[in-house]
Amino acid sequence: MTDHVTQRRQKVVRSHTGARLIFFLILAGCLLLAALFAEHLCPYDPYAQDLSIAMQVPGPDHLLGTDRYGRDMLSRVLIGGRTSIFATLILVAVVTVTGTGIGVISAWKPGPVDTVLMRISDLFLAFPSLVFALAVAGVLGGGVQNAILALALVSWPKYARLARSQTLVQKSSTYIMAARLSGSSDLQLVIRHILPNIAGPVLVTAVLDIGTMMMELAALSFLGLGVKPPMAEWGSMMSDGRSLLQSVPWMILAPGAAIFMTVMIFNLLGDTIRDYLDPKERTKG
Amino acid sequence: MRNYVFKRLLQLIPILLGITFLSFAMMRLAGGDAISYLYESRGTAVAQEIIDAKKVELGLDKPFIIQYLTWLAGMLRGDMGISYVSNKDVFQTLTSKLPATLLLTGSAIVWTLVIALPLGIISAVRHNRIVDYLIRFFSFMGNSMPNFFAALLLMYVFSIRFKILPVITSGNTLVSLILPTATLVVSMAAKYTRQVRAVVLEELNKDYVIGARARGVKGSVIVFKSVLRVSMLTILTLLALSIGSLLGGTAIVENIFMWDGVGKLAVDAISMRDYPMIQAYVVWMAIIYVLVNLVTDILYHLLDPRVRLGGDRL
Repeated sequence: MTDHVTQRRQKVVRSHTGARLIFFLILAGCLLLAALFAEHLCPYDPYAQDLSIAMQVPGPDHLLGTDRYGRDMLSRVLIGGRTSIFATLILVAVVTVTGTGIGVISAWKPGPVDTVLMRISDLFLAFPSLVFALAVAGVLGGGVQNAILALALVSWPKYARLARSQTLVQKSSTYIMAARLSGSSDLQLVIRHILPNIAGPVLVTAVLDIGTMMMELAALSFLGLGVKPPMAEWGSMMSDGRSLLQSVPWMILAPGAAIFMTVMIFNLLGDTIRDYLDPKERTKG
Repeated sequence: MRNYVFKRLLQLIPILLGITFLSFAMMRLAGGDAISYLYESRGTAVAQEIIDAKKVELGLDKPFIIQYLTWLAGMLRGDMGISYVSNKDVFQTLTSKLPATLLLTGSAIVWTLVIALPLGIISAVRHNRIVDYLIRFFSFMGNSMPNFFAALLLMYVFSIRFKILPVITSGNTLVSLILPTATLVVSMAAKYTRQVRAVVLEELNKDYVIGARARGVKGSVIVFKSVLRVSMLTILTLLALSIGSLLGGTAIVENIFMWDGVGKLAVDAISMRDYPMIQAYVVWMAIIYVLVNLVTDILYHLLDPRVRLGGDRL
């Protein structure tokens, strides 16, 4: 039941993880490229309406069919992917940077600053996250920026706590003391030594969160609190097709499958990065 | 123990004040235009005087902190204002819808346990065998599935394709509980199976298990008598933590399946900008979440002798 991992076996596992990492990095890279060059990949104009070809079954002309206004679903899924993927990446970047910043400051300045920042993060953690995000997005009145803001507001404490605990560990280590003795200023210490050393766990958490955040962002759009129609985005496209589930199921299936696969790829990437960076997790399987 | 409970209850006070303050502040930031929106949605042009009069009526002209304290005092008496839309009492509307949501949440939790506990244990015991890979594969799929997509897929397959279940039922019946529960269980069970697996696997790697094996104790006895008993606390704690995402999930699922609970109420309130209703929803969901976590923490202390006798948390 317990597997004692020998040196040799560990090497084999590691090389597998490396190959997996490259594979998923390439997959994720393809997704990003597809999102970036979406308009060149679209076979049709994603916003052109033509009621004469509305609700067409997927076929050779329109690989994923057309929606109720005769817009090509494949083109809409591609262009919608750009909104979904980039909005999610912006959200993750914003949360990671602000959360880590707050966490590092909090660990660096013990005392009132630390206490106040951590109590505020406690407060945000007391709310069920999607409930709070729903309310914030609702109050702000929808739109992509507001949805991002709402989700950022509920997600930063996790990063602040992670960065804080990691910084506290680094701060008490001897190399920091040595750097300080050799005359580094606080800013130098944080930028040159602390940040690179806490980057690993923060990065893993961030990549693992891409999938969740994408689903939450799409959920807000689905409820009409994120991206507004006619702009194509996976969540809002699904909300669009909801009432036509019986007659035009591909209006749901195409964007739904797109979210599902994208989330899966980013989750696999996150898991692999974690395995790659942390051998302890890997032996657990 | 009594001291611990008392300390935790004291710590609850600032958190509850914070929750109410934040919810109140958030709604007030947008509170002013709610009134113009209210009149606009009725399709009539209104004079500034009428808007001002309505503001006075709703107490929106007073200083912020006074408004907050008045509202908080009202809340303690069970008075959270009147809905801007239906003109009904907010607190009463919320409490009348709460049982439906609790029923949905409860049945989701029960089914999650029924599915995820055995799967997680099997997966851990049969570590790196085919069964383990299969279970991990499905839990991974479930984890990557947005719950609104799962909801629509289930609806399509069971209600439209095979017509086993009705698309829309009148009222909250047991039949209409099936699909919303299934939707919530898909993602929750997927996540939870992984967690149970990790916890049990870690426990299985401990020295006492090796010791028991060496003495010839049967595998099933080790798992059920020792490992599960020790892991149960962590497993229950993880379940309590997932209540938060479950409460958010109900908002979407109730909306799709027309389940008449607080989640649907909230989404409707948000689209109508019914601020008192949104406020009440946010505050009460947060309070429920905080209380569930508190009870779990206290139970943890009560049940785990290591924590209870050591005084400190693990």
